[in-house]
Amino acid sequence: MPNTQAIQRKTTSVEKLLRVALYLVLISVAAIYLLPFVVMLITSLKDVEEIRTGTLLSLPASLHFDAWSKAWSSACTGSTCEGISPFFLNSFQIVVPAVIISTILGAINGYVISMWKFRGSDLFFAALLIGCFIPFQVILLPMARTLGWLGIANTTSGLVFVHVVYGVAFTTLFFRNFYQSVPSELVKAARLDGAGFFTIFYRIILPISTPIIVVTIIWQFTQIWNDFLFGVAFSGFDTQPVTVALNNLVNTSFGGKEYNVDMAAAIMAALPTLIVYVLAGKYFVRGLTAGAVKG
Amino acid sequence: MKTNAINSAPNKAQAGRPARLSLADWMPKIVMAPTVIVTLVCMYGYMIWTAVLSMTNSRMLPSYDFVGLSQYERLFNNDRWIVALTNLGIFGGLFILICLLLGVILAIFLDQKIRSEGAIRTIYLYPMAISFIVTGTAWKWLLNPTNGFEKLMVDMGFTDFTFDWLVNPDKVVYCLVIAAVWQASGFVMALFLAGLRGVDGDLIKAAQLDGANTFTTYRRIILPSLKPVFFSAMVILSHIAIKSFDLVAALTNGGPGYSSDLPANFMYAHTFTRSQIGLGSASAMVMLGCVLAILVPYLYSELRGERNA
Amino acid sequence: MKKLALSLTAVAMSISATTHAGEVEVLHWWTSGGEAASINVLKGLMEEEGHTWKDFAVAGGAGESAMTVLKSRAISGNPPASAQIKGPTIQEWGDLGFLSNLDAVAEKGDWDNVLPSVVSNTMKHDGHYVAAPVNVHRVNWLWANPEVFRKSGASIPSTWKQFISEADKIKAAGFTPLAHGGQAWQDATLFEAIALEKGAQFYHDSFIGLSDETLRSAEMVDVFQTFKKMRDYVDTGFSGRDWNIATSMVINGDAAMQIMGDWAKGEFTAAGKKAGVDYVCYPAPGTSEMFTFNIDSLAMFSVKGEDNQKAQQDLARLILEPEFQETFNLNKGSIPARLNMSREKFDSCAHSSMDSFLASSSTGNLLPSMAHGMAASSMVQGAIYDVVTNYFNDESMTAEEAVDKLARAVKASM
Repeated sequence: MPNTQAIQRKTTSVEKLLRVALYLVLISVAAIYLLPFVVMLITSLKDVEEIRTGTLLSLPASLHFDAWSKAWSSACTGSTCEGISPFFLNSFQIVVPAVIISTILGAINGYVISMWKFRGSDLFFAALLIGCFIPFQVILLPMARTLGWLGIANTTSGLVFVHVVYGVAFTTLFFRNFYQSVPSELVKAARLDGAGFFTIFYRIILPISTPIIVVTIIWQFTQIWNDFLFGVAFSGFDTQPVTVALNNLVNTSFGGKEYNVDMAAAIMAALPTLIVYVLAGKYFVRGLTAGAVKG
Repeated sequence: MKTNAINSAPNKAQAGRPARLSLADWMPKIVMAPTVIVTLVCMYGYMIWTAVLSMTNSRMLPSYDFVGLSQYERLFNNDRWIVALTNLGIFGGLFILICLLLGVILAIFLDQKIRSEGAIRTIYLYPMAISFIVTGTAWKWLLNPTNGFEKLMVDMGFTDFTFDWLVNPDKVVYCLVIAAVWQASGFVMALFLAGLRGVDGDLIKAAQLDGANTFTTYRRIILPSLKPVFFSAMVILSHIAIKSFDLVAALTNGGPGYSSDLPANFMYAHTFTRSQIGLGSASAMVMLGCVLAILVPYLYSELRGERNA
Repeated sequence: MKKLALSLTAVAMSISATTHAGEVEVLHWWTSGGEAASINVLKGLMEEEGHTWKDFAVAGGAGESAMTVLKSRAISGNPPASAQIKGPTIQEWGDLGFLSNLDAVAEKGDWDNVLPSVVSNTMKHDGHYVAAPVNVHRVNWLWANPEVFRKSGASIPSTWKQFISEADKIKAAGFTPLAHGGQAWQDATLFEAIALEKGAQFYHDSFIGLSDETLRSAEMVDVFQTFKKMRDYVDTGFSGRDWNIATSMVINGDAAMQIMGDWAKGEFTAAGKKAGVDYVCYPAPGTSEMFTFNIDSLAMFSVKGEDNQKAQQDLARLILEPEFQETFNLNKGSIPARLNMSREKFDSCAHSSMDSFLASSSTGNLLPSMAHGMAASSMVQGAIYDVVTNYFNDESMTAEEAVDKLARAVKASM
């Protein structure tokens, strides 16, 4: 711990002053980071007239929650006016399987690449890593053709497939970096004892993988939930994820923009990922500490 | 050479139990197979397909009317592409630099036994959880001179304060940097924080026993040991920079004019709205070239470093 | 007799509807203001016929996202039954063989006679109907808030030169003279309106004929100069603003004028404003004789299944039905694509648009809008967009440089 020494020393008045300054810096930076969210939150609680006359950060005179209920259940997204609530289910139907599958694949791949190297596995890892960097716009057209061939175009399964394909590079990277720091003697000993591929994975590797699994799930959940490009290009009319619905909602207006409804919908659309970050943020940093950072 | 140690194990035992071990031999390859196939087809196959299209005269939908390298020639004669590439240079450079600096500073600050570290950390980290599809409108407001920061400051009495970067073609790219830094710097901070927590405490104690002060300890001992973190953060950040698309789409849509265009937006606009798949594919290939230029040295040192370890 | 025939078809349709209920998936980006209300009318009519309407709305960027979706769906072999595409794009999709033939419906509905030829030609590919027009928009409109004009002692300009002097007055009175959104297509709409003042021949040679000589002419330099002057009359926050936000500036009395197609009227209507009282409409300065059109249409893609094909044909038929044309266009602000309809319910702006449409079609002053993809291919349009929007926002670029860039960009895109 690099910080222990600093506090063990006697605190002089200079150091006290420094500490106050430190807190001031940290808190003001935090305020800046919060600004866009605060603007959204305040705006969502105002009525339309107040938004027009007030400034960005002026507090609402009284709290209006109509915008929230409207955004949830009756705002128009195109010609249907059911709010964004129906689209949450779509998003979950895409995100949950895609996160699970890509995490499992990533874990197994990472396990193989770091513990069961075969000829070409390193090369493959490099190839996979480069694959992470493909701009997603490039793959829209060929992927559409592929999905058509597979018969899953414009379905939830199609979207899950796409997210797994382009998520697995990242998940493999995470797990590989994590397993790289696991002593190979563990596995070596188990193999000499006659344990097989999956036995070692279940008995030895999986139990120590919790931190990296958490990191991977958080990462994948955020990426897939926030995706707009795949969601818009590969969804059908009844499988559109919430980001696409949000975009439609924000662009649908009846005589004057209802910014409060837009903002309420935006916050709602972001809520699942926010909750994940707030609840699991601790494990995220812990997981990163446990080795994901290296390499 | 830990890797060899593992690989040699089945070879030694092979003579004894061949059937079982050959299955164990194949198992890694079998479980990797789906990923390998998918990667080959959906990444490299598509890349090759894009490379092929970049040499065709494809317009609205792909066609195979070959025109050599003339799309690349058109691309580099296109003012907008040059603007997009320049923007990527400025944006990417500043974005990576500021994120690294801010990330490491915040991480060091936060690592001083701060009370309610968890809360502050969560606040720094939360932007990474939200896409610009969600925060786009709020950001547009904040940066817009008629109702954003500028108005706030003017209302507070600083009547001369101007902040019109969003509508100034020469400055708009810095607006992109601001928003992108806001989103990613907390994540970089988390990476560094994790790195700091992983630094060997004995090293630090030893340094301090030698009489080094806090500053020297950080400069001589702690920061150098964070080198791998810098490296992964660089890779992740350049990845974000090159792929940046939502950012421009939500904040400026390329404007004013096309002064804030980035390559990904250029590629998207030409491929999908302007029926110039050939040109769009050529721009995609140039983007991939940039990626390789960053990644290959990294991978080379990564994999070579491992062999030397 | 006609009435009887109509009611008979209605009966026949209602019978067939109960037996052949199909589905139509409609991809569109009519999500703003009066647009969404308009599309709901069509949805209601289809549902009355017993068909299922699958609403596939993809908002944003003047249909950019929607076009991406359409391409992705077409490539995957699963295009929607119907999509909002228009102008030369219909031809491009037709060339690729994606569109289905509507000749039977067209013949029954006598489309050849109820549609003006400029409309029906756009709807045909290779001599066959493949799309159904929902409206005709006039693009060269000026929308103004009379209250702001009164307060600043200005009068509605009838030339671009006059526009500048009046705008100065309005600016001096503390209002924003021109409500504008800095998006490429809005810049192009404004630019096109200024170019139109130079006459139909000039417009035609520049944006349809793409004549290098005209593109490099002194007149074009003049157009660019006037266009740059507009930069002085927009407010500082114009960059990236959506068109309907700009319209609301006129509605709220923050700004005096907006140069925008008649879809802007949908916003005024939705805000409860009355034409001629709360807002006024005039042809864009110096273009009262001319009419730049933008025709929205739904193209029909080949679909599988008899019921769905039936639903698709019914959709095409319903679009041309006077009832729909009237309700849709009352909401949307445009005029019906069909000729000889009752004008009773339309307001003064629409009447003026209808008159101008008929008058201009006989004088050669009826021109396709470049800014709205009716004149040139998307490649040429994109090239013009780039130069125009860049010039408008780049303070250092001169009109001569812009003209040179325009000519070169157009050539490179062909």
